[in-house]
Amino acid sequence: MSSALLKIHNITMQFGGVTAIDSLSFSVKEGEIYGLIGPNGAGKTTIFNIITGNYQPTEGNVNFENEIITGTKPNIVVQKGIARTFQNIRLFKSMSVLDNILIGFHNQTHYTYLEAIFRLPRYFGHEKRIRAEAMAILDEFNLTKYANHKATDLSYGNQRKVEIARAVATKPSLLLLDEPAAGMNPIETADLSNIIHKIKRDFNLTILLIEHDMKFVNHMCDLVTVLDYGEKIFEGKPADAIVDEKVITAYLGDFTHA
Amino acid sequence: MDFSTFLQQLVNGISLGSMYALIAIGYTMVYGTLRLINFAHGDIMMVGAFLVYLAVSVGLPFPIAVVVGILGSVAVGVLTDKVAYKPLRDAPKISLLITAIGISFFLENLFNVLFGGVPKAFPAPEYLTTSFKLGEIIIPIMVVIIPVITVLILGGVLYVLYKTKYGMAIRALAFDIPTVKLMGVNADYIITIVFSLGSALAAVGGIFYAISYPSIDPLMGIIVGLKAFAAAVLGGIGSVTGAVLGGFILGFTEIFVVALFPELGGYKDAFAFFFLILVLLFRPTGIMGEDLDRGRF
Repeated sequence: MSSALLKIHNITMQFGGVTAIDSLSFSVKEGEIYGLIGPNGAGKTTIFNIITGNYQPTEGNVNFENEIITGTKPNIVVQKGIARTFQNIRLFKSMSVLDNILIGFHNQTHYTYLEAIFRLPRYFGHEKRIRAEAMAILDEFNLTKYANHKATDLSYGNQRKVEIARAVATKPSLLLLDEPAAGMNPIETADLSNIIHKIKRDFNLTILLIEHDMKFVNHMCDLVTVLDYGEKIFEGKPADAIVDEKVITAYLGDFTHA
Repeated sequence: MDFSTFLQQLVNGISLGSMYALIAIGYTMVYGTLRLINFAHGDIMMVGAFLVYLAVSVGLPFPIAVVVGILGSVAVGVLTDKVAYKPLRDAPKISLLITAIGISFFLENLFNVLFGGVPKAFPAPEYLTTSFKLGEIIIPIMVVIIPVITVLILGGVLYVLYKTKYGMAIRALAFDIPTVKLMGVNADYIITIVFSLGSALAAVGGIFYAISYPSIDPLMGIIVGLKAFAAAVLGGIGSVTGAVLGGFILGFTEIFVVALFPELGGYKDAFAFFFLILVLLFRPTGIMGEDLDRGRF
């Protein structure tokens, strides 16, 4: 599989005596939307934290664009092209929506301290360019009119969108979404899946997402991996996952009867 | 108090307030990003004044000595962070606070050992210690220079905070350090910038103080540092404009208490803290502090 953008190879993660993830492997191909599902505590978010460099796995490695990135610092992982959102929204609350997006551009603004202080032309050129780019991203999310609002003043659904927009601003090739539809109503969820498809196309993204909403997963994902107690119990098409016996017993028992 | 005395005290208040403001900015910025009350910050101002003294005594001209003092203080401030605070980033905040008090004692005693505890005359050049007369009031030249430089520096700090990507990152750090890292920002580098800025301002404050009250000793940072800290809390800790406001309020209060009630002159320090308690009774988060939520730049 030479076209795999992200390869999780034999990852084991132990916290003290607890094995959160047990020899997990899967790979995400370029251009895919890949789902990671499983009951609470199955180790999904732990995988995200390992990919982004927040955790160092006990064993195994993460391979991104044919390079092993395990042990790389979080801010360097971002520069390599992996961005993420959080299960519980973590925006910079009392900063404006536009400022939140602009933080994502931090490494794309190439002016030095001195150039900024003495207001040299390069500073103005870059500031102008990234502001235009940030506005273009907000436009993509239909958030333009909120640019100067405080992030915390937005509705829950819109705050989620700002978080995704902020991740997109770092110019990733791989976007990790941690329960993007959590807490959203059906209308907001439908809107969100349209936006995710749109940004995937417009920004040429590969997406790895964690989700509980099976309807959403079914609609969004090309492939899924189902985790239970840190072990992979299924990998394949989402339509097959919801009829798989192991998956049903682990997680979706209620779903099929619902 | 007649009008000319009033004016005289007004300029004195502006000058003293500026010094408190300069030092308070460092307290408030470090608190804003790391939630640390950096008790060693007052001693950085002492370090700045002593390095100028040292540089002059080895024969450097005063302006160069000032640059040496500022850069040296920045080095000490940044080193303090790297050696003492950085290993404790994930530790409970109380460990950081105690470490800061330890660093404070360390710096005071280090300079005591190196230079001795006897106060030393600060070698301010004559052109900075002269005064001129404006009508009836006598104005020392420093009383004019200090507020002007303070306002320029404040403008610079606010500009960096609100108009550059570094400032953006500093403000974002106040909310959530791990998330800032996930935006591709090297958080340690940004924290270094915060300590550099704060230490540079403290050094400038220390040099002003040393010129105005022309003697220095290793413990000079304690009471001035405490008052600058009080100023930062008064203004709303975490807010840069609040720190400046708090500095001026404290400076004016101190000067005018002594002017109005000369017999209470000995209590001027106590009065500054009494005023702080009074304000906090009615506005527990300080003047510019909006709420108890994180981040107030």
